[in-house]
Amino acid sequence: MKNLQQLDEQEERGILSAPLQRRSFLQYAGAGVAGVALVAAGCSKDRGELTTPPMTGVTLDFKDDFGVLNYAYALEQLEAAFYIKVASNPPSNFTSSERAYFQDIQYHEIAHREFFKAALGAAAIGSLEVNFSTINFSDRTSVLATAKAFEDLGVAAYNGAGVRLKSEVYLGLAGKIVSVEARHAAYIRDLINPGDFATAPQVDSATGLDMQLTPDKVLAIAGAYIKTKVNVINL
Amino acid sequence: MNILNILDEIEKVDGEIYERLNPRRAAMKGFVNMGKKISLAAMPLALGSVFNKAYGQSTPSAITDVLNFALALEYLEFHFYNHALLASPALIFPNVAAKNAITLIRDHEAAHVALLKGALGGSARAEITYSMTDFTAGGTFPLVYDDYVTFLKVALGFEDTGVRAYKGQAGVLKGNAVLTTALQIHSVEARHAAHIRTMLNAAGATGLKPWITLGPGGIGNDTGVSAVNAVYAGEEVTSQANVTITGIATGVTAAAAAECFDEPLAKTQVIAIANLFLKAGFQL
Repeated sequence: MKNLQQLDEQEERGILSAPLQRRSFLQYAGAGVAGVALVAAGCSKDRGELTTPPMTGVTLDFKDDFGVLNYAYALEQLEAAFYIKVASNPPSNFTSSERAYFQDIQYHEIAHREFFKAALGAAAIGSLEVNFSTINFSDRTSVLATAKAFEDLGVAAYNGAGVRLKSEVYLGLAGKIVSVEARHAAYIRDLINPGDFATAPQVDSATGLDMQLTPDKVLAIAGAYIKTKVNVINL
Repeated sequence: MNILNILDEIEKVDGEIYERLNPRRAAMKGFVNMGKKISLAAMPLALGSVFNKAYGQSTPSAITDVLNFALALEYLEFHFYNHALLASPALIFPNVAAKNAITLIRDHEAAHVALLKGALGGSARAEITYSMTDFTAGGTFPLVYDDYVTFLKVALGFEDTGVRAYKGQAGVLKGNAVLTTALQIHSVEARHAAHIRTMLNAAGATGLKPWITLGPGGIGNDTGVSAVNAVYAGEEVTSQANVTITGIATGVTAAAAAECFDEPLAKTQVIAIANLFLKAGFQL
């Protein structure tokens, strides 16, 4: 890594004073988020044993399509775990239609999770342990707000990751899933505030474009709900 | 200004975007400053001209074709909604919320037209005007601008077709920064489709879900409108990449398996649908 020396200097100056360069962001972004460690590409190899981070937890290696698919698998695991909990014991003021649709969404996310697991086979990361301690599952507002956050994040994640995929087949599959996530997002947003299905800032009103986020940003947000350490390399 | 964010976002996947846009980074600052000066309405075009410089000359014709195809669909969608809002006195929206939703969707389609037109620059296809369209589809939907439910059903056909059309072209854009923009439009069309399904549900089409489920007899069309079967052809599939989704976990029925993956349409399939709404002489 050519900027190794530069990186070392930045580390000495500390996080707050270092210029927010891409590589330094990758190194530090995980620091404030429990469970998610973002490791700059190649550093561990170049810098030897002394600074090699312990690779506990799961590792998303973005060097190829499997990394991107595992990233999607991680997000689907998170969503599935959330909806399984909601669908099995929904807030008492959920209507019968809402209960039915949350059952549907639960099975969609389980199917996505199991699909990635099956498609990745031996390349699949392990099961993630989730942390939903901040969610009040008996409170409609808390459940809907979390569902909205997960769905909008999922849409932005797939939108942002699509360009990384080298295989047309995998890109096609990601496309088949993201529009279903967008349907979920629209439905949930309409439950919270009717007519809010595609409003700003999620959908920019000047361009009519949905949000897209790079994996580092998505994982920094999702990481708050994941107990398992998620290592990111070659991003 | 979110339009400027697009460039930031592209930079994340194409670290050399600023160099492509202009060899001198300083010039980019000029664009940012320009953005502050010119009106919001002019921004998509200004942005488009920048895209054009960045990718225009090296853009393979296949990508231009996809963008022009998307532009044609966006013109159709825009006129469909715009006419409903501005020139259809017989079309009665049941409440302000319904009209606001259609207005938001119309505005998104207008923004997509402007964005694609700007991105294509001189390569943009000829404009499609309202007078070239026929949203009764040759008389199949005679009450499209008189009956609210009929209007919504045709709207849903457009949105679900739009989702499937963009999905079908993703492969052509693979690895190109334009793909990200196309995906960002694609998911907005899916949000529109979900909302129109919710509006239809409220207007009496009970059982219509925000997502596409299996229709009667296991067909892909769950709308109950047989005239739009072509819009949903293939949506009924329940296996993906040789993985059987039905029963992949407890509770994943065939309906859930069909719902949880939206399917693409090939360009020829989309053109056949779009041509139903274009007068002779103006078809794609």
